[in-house]
Parts: sequence; C-alpha cells; structure tokens
Amino acid sequence: MAHIQLPEGLPGIVGPLTFSPDTAQPLLQLAEVLLRGPNTLTSAEREMIAAHVSYRNDCDFCQLSHSAAAAAHLGGNYDLVERAKVNPEGAAVSDKLKALLNIAGKVQKSGKQVTSEDVSRARAHGATDKEIHDTVLIAAAFCMYNRYVDGLATPQPLGREAYREMGERMAHQGYGRARQAASEDVA
Amino acid sequence: MAHIKLAEGLPGIRGPLVFSPETSKPLGDLVQVLLTGPHSLTPAEREMIAAYVSSENDCFYCQTCHGSTAAQHLGGSDADYELITQIKQNYEAAPVSAKLKTLLAIAGKVQKGGKHVTAEDVAQARTQGATDKEIHDTVLIAAAFCMFNRYVDGLATWQPRDPEIYREIGKMTSQLGYVGRDYKKPLESIMTLQNEAPQNTARQNTDSQKKAQP
Repeated sequence: MAHIQLPEGLPGIVGPLTFSPDTAQPLLQLAEVLLRGPNTLTSAEREMIAAHVSYRNDCDFCQLSHSAAAAAHLGGNYDLVERAKVNPEGAAVSDKLKALLNIAGKVQKSGKQVTSEDVSRARAHGATDKEIHDTVLIAAAFCMYNRYVDGLATPQPLGREAYREMGERMAHQGYGRARQAASEDVA
Repeated sequence: MAHIKLAEGLPGIRGPLVFSPETSKPLGDLVQVLLTGPHSLTPAEREMIAAYVSSENDCFYCQTCHGSTAAQHLGGSDADYELITQIKQNYEAAPVSAKLKTLLAIAGKVQKGGKHVTAEDVAQARTQGATDKEIHDTVLIAAAFCMFNRYVDGLATWQPRDPEIYREIGKMTSQLGYVGRDYKKPLESIMTLQNEAPQNTARQNTDSQKKAQP
C-alpha cells in the first residue's frame, strides 16, 4: 500500500502525478525535454541512460517503463536494452554511449564521483558538452524520479509485459500524453 | 574547473541553468512550486528540508544557498543562520516543531533511497499532524534535491566559499523566488570580491575543488 492516499489503480509515478498536478507539469516537461527533445543523442540512447540509472537505484517501475520506451524506439530490441541497462561495458552500443553510461552510473552514486577522466573518456569518443550535460542531468533527474516513486511506496506491476504498451506511448506520444492515457485506462 | 564549458562567474547551478535554457524552465518551475507556493508548511520549513538533504548529499552550493534562504525567511539574524547549522548537524536537538522533525526524518531516508522510507516513518509524521500533501511534498523536495545536488556536483560547477555571496543569494531568493530571475546577471557580492582582489578573480574556480567547510 502506498504511504499516502493516491488515486486507485495507477501504476508507479502516475499516482503521485495525478495527486499533485502542480508538480506534475514541470516533472513531465523535464522528462519530455530530456528524453524526447531535439538532441544529437537518440531518444533510445537517452532512455537507456534513464533505464540504467533506474536499474542501479532498484526502482522497478522506472527501469521497466524506460526499458520499454528504449525498446519501443528500437523496434522492440529488448535484448540490447537489457544488456545496456545491466552491464553497459559488455553491450553492443557505441563507445560514446558506454562512456556516457559510465558517467551516469557515477552520478547515480553521487555528483562528486564524476572525474575528469570519466569526462575525458566521453570526449575521446566524440561526446559534446551538451551530451555530457544532458547525461548528467538525465542521471540526476532519475535519482529524483526513482526516489519519488519508491519513497511513496507506489504500486508497481512486475514483468516486461505490463510495460510494453506504456513504453510505446512514452516513446511515440510523449510524456504528457502517456500519463493522460494511463489515467484514462483506469477511468 | 567545471567538466563542461560554462559561463564564467556564475556560481553553482546558475552556470548549467544558463547553459541549458530548455531544461532550466521545468527545473525552475519545479523548485518554485515546491519551495515558494502556497502551503501549510512555511517556505522556511521547506527550504530547511532542501538544505538538510543537500547537506546529507555534501553539496556545498545547494546546502549553503537553501540554508541561507531559510534563514532569510526567518528574518536573517545570526541566530537564524545558527538554527540552520543545527538542523543540518542534528535536527532532533534543534528547536523546530515535532512535525518538522518527522518530515526531516523522511527526507533523510529519501536521500539514501526511496525504499528506505517505512510505514513507521510515515505513521510518526501523521501522529504529529502531517497531512498527505505535506508527506508527498517532503518526499518530492528530498527527491528533487537528490537531483539538483547531483546536477551541481556532477558537472563540477564553481562553488565559491565566501559567506557574503550566499547571504546575498538567500536574501534575493527569499524575496524574489526562483522563476523570472536573470541568472546571467553577476552577483554584486562576487563583483565586489573581484574588485577587491582582481588577481584572484579568474582562479576562484579552484575553490570548488576544496572540501566543504561546516
């Protein structure tokens, strides 16, 4: 049971977003800009960063939903997403993305863990200042979303299947629309 | 030196906010709603939660700014600043309400990880009169500062050590809030420091590498 009285039947962050519309708006806008806004990193790459950080924070809802969104951007390639999420260095992703996932993993522990060497490695593989900035902020933001979802003990369905459709909506319709649809499913 | 190229002379989060206007908008809106909007918790209490979490995350810039803003909301006396230090060091012994202590306990758990918050933590807050909205907002303030702290430190931003700078930030923020501000504009206290010691101006970035002073 959630720690506070949330609207019934809404999974993960959808409950608190519905409970608190004033904060939902900037939270969704931030996710939309970071994960779907114009960027030299693909949305799939950015969703993998979100999934990796959420996996490291052990947040079921966020890691499963953002894995599903990443896979939706990749035509359903869950295997690649799963590998990048659990062990980026061993995954078939670009060296640049590996270096960015390494930075994201450091941010998950603490901002101070990111070293000049981590940043140099990303630059050596072609990462720009904006890509490094966005990686740090995506990782930091998911340290927020994960705590928001788990800190209120929200209900979180388990298993990949429960998230497939949600991932499709997050990937292709965006974050405002995905939340609205999740609320309507229940209504 | 910061990990990416940021505008010179802008302390802490101001560099990244100016670097990335698209993300600065929702970040500013979020903190504005959480810390300044109408609420049954006072702005000072909400800033205390932000300062406490930032202190637990060892983010010098955020804990000092939000501590100063909280103190300014209370009037800005030395005793107000002393209260903030006490809360950061040991809030249980600080002269704040029993309700705020239970909310600070929840915020401290969120800082470690969302799953650390227990039903007992929440029940204690309720016993002291905390509402669902207050518990929700405490969790989200704590979670949001786990983001802001990582953003500020993860890019190795410039975090000057002079207390006068943070006094000015606290004064301005307690009066003006967080949105609609021009963060590109240099702080007067930084300009003054730079005029007093021109030979040090460019190299104040090295300060950010030093360990936070209590």
